[in-house]
Amino acid sequence: MTYDAAFRVWRGDAEGGDLRDFTVAVNEGEVVLDVIHRLQATQAGDLAVRWNCKAGKCGSCSAEINGRPRLMCMTRMSTFGEDETVTVTPLRAFPVIRDLVTDVSFNYEKAAQIPAFTPRSREKDGNHRMQQIDVERSQEFRKCIECFLCQDTCHVIRDHEENKASFAGPRFLIRLAELDMHPLDVVDRRDAAQEEFGLGFCNVTKCCSEVCPEGIHLTDNGIIPLKERVVDRKFDPLTWLGAKIGRRPRD
Amino acid sequence: MTATASRGTGPVTPGPGGGPAPRRAAIAARTLRKDRWWLQPLLTVLALLLFIVYSTFRAFQNAHYFAEPYISPFFSPCLTTACEGDTFPKLFTGPDWISPALYILIFPLGFRLTCYYYRKAYYRSFWLSPPACAVAEPHGRYTGETRFPLIFQNVHRYFFYAGLVFNAILTYDAVLAFRDEGGAWGHMGLGTLVLLANAALLWLYSLSCHSCRHIVGGRLNNFSRHPLRYRFWTVVSRLNANHMKFAWASLFSVAFADFYVFMVATDTISDLRFF
Amino acid sequence: MELEKHEYDVVVVGAGGAGLRAAIEAHDSGARTAVVCKSLLGKAHTVMAEGGIAAAMANLYPEDNWRVHFRDTMRGGKMLNHWRMAQLHAQEAPDRVRELEDWGALFDRTPDGLISQRDFGGHRYARLAHVGDRTGLELIRTLQQRTVALGIDVYMECTVTRLLTDEDGIIGAFGYWRESGRFVAWQAPSVVLATGGIGKSYKVTSNSWEYTGDGHSLALQAGATLVNMEFVQFHPTGMVWPPSVRGILVTESVRGDGGILKNSAGNRFMFDYIPDFFRKETAETEAEADRWYDDKKNNRRPPELLPRDEVARAINSEVKAGRGTPHGGVYLDIASRRSPEYIRKRLPSMYHQFRELAEVDITAEPMEVGPTCHYVMGGVEVDPDTEAARVPGLYAAGEVAGGMHGSNRLGGNSLSDLLVFGRRAGQAAAEHAHGCAGRIELPDDALAEAGRAALAPFEREGGENPYTVQHDLQQTMHDLVGIIRTAPEMELALERIAALKERVANLSVEGHRQYNPGWHLALDLPHMLIVSECIARAALEREESRGGHTRDDFPGPDPGWGKTNLICSSASDGGVAIGHQPLPQMPAELAEIFEETPS
Repeated sequence: MTYDAAFRVWRGDAEGGDLRDFTVAVNEGEVVLDVIHRLQATQAGDLAVRWNCKAGKCGSCSAEINGRPRLMCMTRMSTFGEDETVTVTPLRAFPVIRDLVTDVSFNYEKAAQIPAFTPRSREKDGNHRMQQIDVERSQEFRKCIECFLCQDTCHVIRDHEENKASFAGPRFLIRLAELDMHPLDVVDRRDAAQEEFGLGFCNVTKCCSEVCPEGIHLTDNGIIPLKERVVDRKFDPLTWLGAKIGRRPRD
Repeated sequence: MTATASRGTGPVTPGPGGGPAPRRAAIAARTLRKDRWWLQPLLTVLALLLFIVYSTFRAFQNAHYFAEPYISPFFSPCLTTACEGDTFPKLFTGPDWISPALYILIFPLGFRLTCYYYRKAYYRSFWLSPPACAVAEPHGRYTGETRFPLIFQNVHRYFFYAGLVFNAILTYDAVLAFRDEGGAWGHMGLGTLVLLANAALLWLYSLSCHSCRHIVGGRLNNFSRHPLRYRFWTVVSRLNANHMKFAWASLFSVAFADFYVFMVATDTISDLRFF
Repeated sequence: MELEKHEYDVVVVGAGGAGLRAAIEAHDSGARTAVVCKSLLGKAHTVMAEGGIAAAMANLYPEDNWRVHFRDTMRGGKMLNHWRMAQLHAQEAPDRVRELEDWGALFDRTPDGLISQRDFGGHRYARLAHVGDRTGLELIRTLQQRTVALGIDVYMECTVTRLLTDEDGIIGAFGYWRESGRFVAWQAPSVVLATGGIGKSYKVTSNSWEYTGDGHSLALQAGATLVNMEFVQFHPTGMVWPPSVRGILVTESVRGDGGILKNSAGNRFMFDYIPDFFRKETAETEAEADRWYDDKKNNRRPPELLPRDEVARAINSEVKAGRGTPHGGVYLDIASRRSPEYIRKRLPSMYHQFRELAEVDITAEPMEVGPTCHYVMGGVEVDPDTEAARVPGLYAAGEVAGGMHGSNRLGGNSLSDLLVFGRRAGQAAAEHAHGCAGRIELPDDALAEAGRAALAPFEREGGENPYTVQHDLQQTMHDLVGIIRTAPEMELALERIAALKERVANLSVEGHRQYNPGWHLALDLPHMLIVSECIARAALEREESRGGHTRDDFPGPDPGWGKTNLICSSASDGGVAIGHQPLPQMPAELAEIFEETPS
C-alpha cells in the first residue's frame, strides 16, 4: 500500500522562494500533513509548517493544496491519484514568514477590534435562562476553529491588499453575526458591522462557505442575515420608522 | 495586544489587483487549481444569456401573449386591450407602442437582480469577481456593495414584497386557466398545468428568499418567545437551503410558460385539453 | 546578545484553559499580566477536550452536590488525590462554569433553559456542562475572547526555555520567538506555569506536539518538586486505524450517550472486568445497564462508564487475549443503539472525524478503538489553595500541576480543574507580585548563558537528527513504561533514557533560526527526557497497581502505598531524585462522606 508520491512544496520567505520538487513515501490512510512531516523528518529538517492537533479541531495547519485552501490534516492522500503531483503552498492572502507558515496577525488585530460581548444581567437565582432554539444559531458560528481559510479565500482581501484596512473578513463577520444573534448580548453592532468591519464589501460569492472545514454556512446563516439586520437599521425606512415609534422593539 | 514576533521586513504595500503584495509568497500563477473551475461560471453565463435574449425578444415583440384562457407570465396582469376576452379587467391603457411587458418585468427582474443567489451567480460569472474560489479576479480595485450603484442591492426586500403581488396575480391566472376558450369553468388543459407549475415554483422561489427568512423571524434573537414566528422561520430556512434550485427552476418555468402561450397563440401547437 | 526585554507583574506560560483563566484573574486583581504561548492564541490543547466540564450544578439531578462530586473524584483517583484540591474543585466548579456564560459561552440547554449536563465515566450523576462534543473549543474561545477584550498582552508562538531565579525565588523568564528565533526575556516576580502535559513522550497519544512537558521540566530545574509522576492516564478510546491517526481521541461521550464496547466475538466484555471497588455501583446485567440511561435512580451504571483506568486495562487485556479487532483494538458501537439523527446531533465532531479520517460512518458501523496516552495526573507539587510551588513566585495550574486527580482523573474533571485552579493561581500570583516591591534586574550572565544554551544545536556539526531521537524516546516509553509495567522493563527504559540524554547533548540542526521546527524540537527534547525519567523512576519505585499505574509484578493496590506520594526533585548531578512523602490527612468531616451510602 506504500507508494512514492510526487510533491511540490513552496519553500522560501518574504524575500522570495519557489516550488521545490520532492519524492516521498506515502502509506495507506495518510493525510497531506503526514507526508509533510515525513519530508521534515527525512529530507528537509527545517521545513516550516504550523500544526497542532492533527484532527481538524485546532485549525493550525491551513495551506493551499493544488491551489485550494484546505487543512493539511484533513486532506487524505487517497483523494489524489498515485501519479498525481500534489502541490502545497502557503496561504496566499497573508504575508509569508517561511515555507508554509504565514503571518496571520491580521486576524488577531481584527478580532481585538470587535466590540466585546456584553450580557444582560443574570436572573435572581444566578442563572441565565435560554432555550436550545435560542442558542443554536450562534452555536453554529462558535464551531469556528479559526483556521482562517475563509479569510484566505475571500477575494476582497486575497486580491486586494488595500481592502484589509476596511474589511474584517468572513470569520469576523460571522463573529459579529454570532454576537448580534446572541440571546444574552445587549450591544447593537449593526452600524459597526457596516461602517468599521466592511460588511458591504462582501458580494456573497460564498467562497468562504465552500472552504469552511467545519461546514459552517457563513454566507447563508451569518453574513446574509447580518446584511438584512443592517438593512433594518440603515436602508429600510419602514423598519426604521417602526423602531422610532416603538412598534418594533429589538427583543 | 496579541503580539507575534516583531518584524524588521518592509511594509505591506497595497498590491495591484490580482498581483501578490510584497511579503506574500512569491507565486506567479493566478491559481494553482487543476480542476475545471471555469466550467461553472461559463454555464451560468450561457444560461442567463439565453434567458435575457429570449425575454428581450418576447418583451419587444409585444404580441402572441394571450390565448384564451392562458396568459403569458411576462404580460400578466394584462394592462392593455390586447387581452381580448375577460381574463383580467382592463387596468390601464398606455400608449400601444410600449409593450406592457416592460412595465411588468421591472419587478420580477429587480427581484432576481438583487437576489442573494443571483448576485453570487452573476458576480462570479459575468464580473469574474471572483470567477471561482482561490482564482484571482482581474480587477484593479474592488469596493463591493459599499457604494452607488451596488449599494442598492439592499432594497431587495421591497422587490420581494412586489414579487409576492406578482405571485398572487400569476396564481390567479392559473386559476382562470381552469376554464375553456368560451369561459366556462371546470376545464383543464396542458397549459393549465404549465401555469400552475410556474406559479408554484415562483412561490417557492420567493418564500425561500433570504429577505423573507429574515422578515418572518430571522431578525428575532429569542425564538422561544415567539413560537409561531420560529415555526415560520424553520420552514423558510428549510426552503432557503434550496433557494438556488428554486431560482433556476422558476426562471426556466417562467420562460417555458411564456413559450407555451406563444406556441398556442401562434397556432404552432394546439393546447392539449384534458377535459 | 540582542534581546527584547519586558516587565510585568505576572507572566503566565501557556494559553490553554488554565493559563488564560489565570491571566484573566491576575489582570482583574490589578496585576500587569502577560501570556506566553508556543502556538497561536486559541490553538492550545484545550480545544481537543470534547466531553464537557464537570460541575455539580444539579441542573438535571437535584440530588447532585459538591459532596457527591468530591466523593466521585476521590474514588476515581483511588483516594490518592490531595483532599483539599478535590474539595475546592468540587465546591467552586459550578461558579466557574456560570461565569463563562457571562463571557459569551453558549452551552447546550435543558428544557428549563439551564445549562445541560451529560453522563460521563465515574460521575454518579449527569454532570458535564457541554456544547455537543466540542466543549474544549467553546471554553478556549470564550477565555480567548475575554483575554482579548481585557487587553491582556499575549506573546504568541513564543517558547519559554528557562525560568530565572535568585535566592528569593522567581525573577523572570527567558525564551525565543518561534517565528524569528530572536530571544526575549520577561522580568516578573510571579510566573504561572500552565503548560499542559507530557504526552508527546509517548508513541500513541492524543496529545499534540506542544505537550513536551516543558512546564514540569522548567519547574524542576527552578527547584520545585513534582508529585505523582508515575500516574499517566491512557484514555481507553483512541482511534487505531489508519496508522497515521492512531491515538486521536474518541470522546467518552460516545459511551456516556449510549455507546458500548464489544470484542471481536461480539461480547460486551466490560461486564467481566468490574473491580470489587466499584461493584456496588455498577450494573450486573446488560438489561440493567441499558435501563440506566433513562432511569438512574433504580438502576446502576453500565460498566463501560467505569473510570478510564479500568476501561483501558480491560481493552488492553481483550486485545492481548486475541479478541481484538483486525487493527488491534476493540469495537465501540453506538450505531446499533442510537438513531443516526441522535448520533449526529450529540456527537457531530466524532461523526466528522471518523468520516473524514477513517472513512467510517459511525451511525452505521462500529468504531475501532484502543488505549492512547492522554493525560498525566502527576505534576508540579503545589499548595492547594494558592497553587504555589516550592519556589516563591512560581505557580502551576491545570495539567502541569499535580495532586488534584490522584492516581486517575475522571473525564470532565480536567476542564473544571483548569478553571478552578487557573483562577486561584492567577489571584495568588497577582498577590505575590503586589508584595514584591523593588524589582530585581535580570542578571546579564544568566541571560547570556540561556541564550548560549539555546543556540548550542547550531554550533555542532554532524550531530544527530532531533526527529530520530524523539522517535526513539517515544518508542521506549511506549514499549517499556506504557499501560502495563514491570521492573525489568522500566530499568531498561532508564538505561535507554540515559543513552538518549547523551544523544540529545549531541544534536545538531540545519538551517537558520527563523521558524525552524528542527531547532524547536532540539530545545524541547531535554524537557521530554527529564519528564520521562521522572515517570520511569517513580513508576519503578511504586510497587503496587493503582489507577493509572499498573504493575504486572505487583498487580494489586497496597494500603501502605495508598498513604504515600512520590516526589521528584532535581538531583545535584542533573538527574532526578525520588523521595517518599506521606499523603495529607483528610479531616474527619470530609472522611465521613465516604461512609455515606450513595443515595
